[in-house]
Amino acid sequence: MAQFRTCPDTGFAIDLNADKLIKWNAVTAVVFLLVGGLFGLAVALTRWPAVHLLGADDFYLALTAHGFDVLLVWCIYFEMALLYFTSSILLKSRLALPKIAWAQYILMLVGAIMTNVAVLRGDSSVMFTSYVPMMAAPDFYLGIILFAVGALLGCVVFFATLYIAKRDNTYEGSMPLVTFGAMTAAIIAVFTILSGAVILVPTLFWSMGFIGSIDGLMYRVVWWAMGHSSQQVNVAAQIACWYAIAAILFNASPLSEKVSRTAFLFYILFLQLASAHHLLVDPGLSSEWKIFNTSYAMYLAVLGSMIHGLTVPGAVEAAQRKRGFNKGLFEWLRKAPWGNPVFSGFALSLVLFGFLGGITGVMMGTEQLNIITHNTMYTPGHFHGTVVVGTTLAFMAMSYWLVPTLWQKELMFPGLAKWQPYLFGLGMGLASVFMMGAGTLGVPRRHWDISFADAAMVHEFPAAAYMMMGLNGIAALIGGVGGAIFILNMVGTVFFGKAKQPKAAAAEVPNIGGAATTYGSAGTMAVPGTFVLALVFLTAFVLYYFVNWKYLSDVWGLS
Amino acid sequence: MSDHKSTQGEGPVPLMQQLLDSPFLLLIIGVGMPTVIYIIWGIMEIVAIPVAP
Ligand code: HEM
Ligand SMILES: [Cu+2]
Repeated sequence: MAQFRTCPDTGFAIDLNADKLIKWNAVTAVVFLLVGGLFGLAVALTRWPAVHLLGADDFYLALTAHGFDVLLVWCIYFEMALLYFTSSILLKSRLALPKIAWAQYILMLVGAIMTNVAVLRGDSSVMFTSYVPMMAAPDFYLGIILFAVGALLGCVVFFATLYIAKRDNTYEGSMPLVTFGAMTAAIIAVFTILSGAVILVPTLFWSMGFIGSIDGLMYRVVWWAMGHSSQQVNVAAQIACWYAIAAILFNASPLSEKVSRTAFLFYILFLQLASAHHLLVDPGLSSEWKIFNTSYAMYLAVLGSMIHGLTVPGAVEAAQRKRGFNKGLFEWLRKAPWGNPVFSGFALSLVLFGFLGGITGVMMGTEQLNIITHNTMYTPGHFHGTVVVGTTLAFMAMSYWLVPTLWQKELMFPGLAKWQPYLFGLGMGLASVFMMGAGTLGVPRRHWDISFADAAMVHEFPAAAYMMMGLNGIAALIGGVGGAIFILNMVGTVFFGKAKQPKAAAAEVPNIGGAATTYGSAGTMAVPGTFVLALVFLTAFVLYYFVNWKYLSDVWGLS
Repeated sequence: MSDHKSTQGEGPVPLMQQLLDSPFLLLIIGVGMPTVIYIIWGIMEIVAIPVAP
């Protein structure tokens, strides 16, 4: 029989199994963010030409560990916590299959450690993409496979919890939107993991010598079904966090449940097809396949993102106006709690994800334009705009609420927490911009030394390219300080935080029970401030897109 | 939360809402669609590439 406790802040009945699992998954996520973040700093400092911290071997080792630990381990562990939170707690249900859920946790941990050990040993520096015919040691692949099987079990628990919650009528009508967003993430995750199995199991056998060879193009097509889709799991989970935070801080209901759910449906239908954008310069695949999967399908998925980008701030605006912040276009925004890291992290995540990650992604996903930036530093610039200042920042903002609430402890360093989202968001946002700048000047990604000091053939990059890589290093340091403060705060709160005074807590969190746990729209579309902001975004989008066509036309002179 | 109750009661549930309320149907669509359009179509193209003599 499942046991429950009542959360003093929210009134939620919390299944004790879900409680423990959320905590363990979240803490483990943060530990891997720390490990992966340190490797990231080492990479950035190596690519800062004046510093050039690591030797070539260590650089590729650190880059492999960085990609694996932050992109896969940090994000997916945190998403497991979110899946249990949004199913069991938001639906007021017991968590289904708790034993399987523990198997999820343990398998992922064993897998993550196994792959890290393989990488640190130095014989598996194949980057997290592990393109064949570069071969890693068998335990590198085996670790990723175990990790993925664990994640699949987490999805099973999630869907089983949806099922029993529905059967036991723990909620009325349709499931709440936050849970629907998490379900979108879980659906994409199932496809992600199955594709991963299809490609990594044969690759494991190949590294053990049972299979002679694996076709490079075949590998890339199937691998990216996993590699790209896993990013879409992050996006869906991040947007579920946005809706959750709007509900938690402002008791904001979505402007329209129908519209928001349809936008998530676009994700389910189309996001994963965009995997093809990683193969836009690969010969052997037809333009029909490329363009159908990237342009047609991807634009529908992008439409989904733009809908969320409109309705999330719209929901906040509607809720703030209802509270009386009605003056002019932007009083609702000015009077928002900018000193609360839950809000500032959320707001920065929304803006930076749209401007840095979103616009550049559409540009790169265009078959013709892709050639300008493919495999340059522009690519990591783009995805630090999505997965770092978008997803990671959203997860940080969520943690500032989730951790004190679940553990019933005060934040350890509330003063530092106020600044943390700005430091991390602006530091990593700038890093993203500088990487894009360097990429535009032709600097390749995954490259130990662009000065080619020990090479027979050299290539002179413009001085500005060196400057961009240096600025990137400085920005990475600022972002790194922001990341360190987050980790310090979380670990400090969990292990050494003061127990919460029930009263002070209740004032901070007005009525989360409402909007996060029920179906229902705000019942208004009167959000003029949000529409103005959306127009600014669209203008930037269109201008940037056309500038890049112009730029493409300059790449090869025709005379 | 004004239209909270509109999800229940009066008349048949619209088709679109039935779809959105069916996690397992969505799961099948979400896995099936990219499998066919991205993976299977992509692999068919690779397999059709002639091998160099
Ligand atoms: C302190 C924070 C971070 C710093 C300083 C940092 C820095 C960097 C740099 C400079 C690169 C480019 C390396 C190259 O291509 O030569 C890189 C690659 C990468 N970063 Fe980060 N990063 C940070 C955080 C993150 C986070 C939080 C994520 C994901 C959630 C992430 C995901 C990645 C991935 C997937 C790559 C590509 C690795 C590869 O090419 O194999 N990074 N990072
Ligand atoms: Cu992608």
